[in-house]
Amino acid sequence: MITMENVCKSYRVAKRNAGFREACKALFHREYEEIEALKNISFTIRDGEMVGYIGPNGAGKSSTIKILSGILTPDSGKVEIDDRILWDIAGQAHSPWPRRERYRRIDHVKQIGVVFGQRSQLWWDVPVIDSYELLKDIYSIPDSVYRKNLDELTESLALSELLRTPTRQLSLGQRMRCEIAASLLHSPGILFLDEPTIGLDAVSKLAVRDFVKKLNKEHCTTVILTTHDMQDIEALASRIILIGKGRILMDGTLGDIRKGDATMDETLAQLYKSYEIT
Amino acid sequence: MKKYISYFRMWLVMGLQYRAAAFGGVVTQFFWGFMEIAAMHAFHESNPDAYPMTMEATCSYIWFQQAFIAMLSARVFDGQILDSVRSGNIAYELCRPVRIYDLWFSRSTASRLSGAGLRCIPILLVAVLLPKSYRLSAPASAASFALFVLTLALAVLVSVAYIMLIYISGLYTISSDGLRRLCSSLMDFLTGGYIPLPFFPAGIRQVLELLPFASMQNVPLRIYSGDLAGPAMYRAICLQVFWLVTLVAIGRALCRGAERKVIIQGN
Repeated sequence: MITMENVCKSYRVAKRNAGFREACKALFHREYEEIEALKNISFTIRDGEMVGYIGPNGAGKSSTIKILSGILTPDSGKVEIDDRILWDIAGQAHSPWPRRERYRRIDHVKQIGVVFGQRSQLWWDVPVIDSYELLKDIYSIPDSVYRKNLDELTESLALSELLRTPTRQLSLGQRMRCEIAASLLHSPGILFLDEPTIGLDAVSKLAVRDFVKKLNKEHCTTVILTTHDMQDIEALASRIILIGKGRILMDGTLGDIRKGDATMDETLAQLYKSYEIT
Repeated sequence: MKKYISYFRMWLVMGLQYRAAAFGGVVTQFFWGFMEIAAMHAFHESNPDAYPMTMEATCSYIWFQQAFIAMLSARVFDGQILDSVRSGNIAYELCRPVRIYDLWFSRSTASRLSGAGLRCIPILLVAVLLPKSYRLSAPASAASFALFVLTLALAVLVSVAYIMLIYISGLYTISSDGLRRLCSSLMDFLTGGYIPLPFFPAGIRQVLELLPFASMQNVPLRIYSGDLAGPAMYRAICLQVFWLVTLVAIGRALCRGAERKVIIQGN
């Protein structure tokens, strides 16, 4: 179970006007703007749920995923995952020790799998199988479990031809299949997918979707998915959380937002407009 | 521990596949070493009495320095570590149950060893076969050879621990380019990369010998030929251990602080 309670995060962004003079001025004096990326985000996700986390660009989706995966420190709030407290940070305002925090990254990341669609976790210069062997040691996966998971993943993601190829020579679709397998070798209970189908062709998209569905059904893996592809959401998410300008605007099912026979994209555009978050 | 050893092995193997780079390195280092020894001969002939080392010791110093340049130089950086910070790919490393410091440390050590492993043998072979005044001579004694190997290992670890601080600075400043250049030049000069430390004027030399830089290539390269021996040698080895522990402790603390502060921008 994943619980987020009143999580806030703001970023400091340096701003200046265009031009050489302004650039020189910025050497001595910089103006910053506080951007509140997340304002009091709270939700609970039960084991085995598949949740679509959607919202326009810059809404705070990736920030949430980063906090949940332990790589970004929130300003305040509490995050609990399977009774383990990942973050518990008192607000800055009144506490005698502002920003006191509890930090459990290493214990936490053993239990989760993460796929960032726009980054690669496989080592560029070596065959995919070498990356997997290294991950086996990193997560201290027992031999039998590793064998079993690898066989299963090879079969369901059709990897047998790819394992001996260096990562740099894989196509994007092939690589994404290998990436997903890489984040599941240690049988995590929770899988974060941050735009897993970005840039993929129709066949690869379908393969990824089918695989995630199967994974959830067979292993009861909790899946949290961010995407702009509404077909992903349609195919996978039983529950949708809509975030905009750092706030949760809606938490429900696909049926709740769908009106008549509008397409998914139209439905979503309507929704963004009605909340004025575009 | 096993995970860091696996990382180490992976980078060792990866480094060994760049044959063309190694061949280029061998040729460059060989000619560089040759020229440097020629220049040292010129110094020696102009005033043999003021020359602080023996000519044999100088030759061994320079040949080992060139052979192990990939291991000891201040200008060898792991481009992938710097890139992973700039591009944000460090996100994936933070998502794994590993300590970033230990990970980078094992990785830099491995890529340094593989770089030197490919380059050192041809250079040393040729250096042994050269005419006498340019030759790499045998070690001063079996004991000094054993100590040479030990202190060489320590020297590599101290160098890596120092360079780790530069990698970590990337987590605080986004671009560590400027600091990197500054630190490389400083390190090259103060480790005895341009001229061996005994050539520095008295007064300055004694101070330099206490700095972490003197615990890098300076120690093993001088022990080999017997230039550094006796109590001074034991003191140098103790300093190596001291600096290794200190630099690792500083690096670890900085890295822990940075891990909580990093913000991975973009998706």
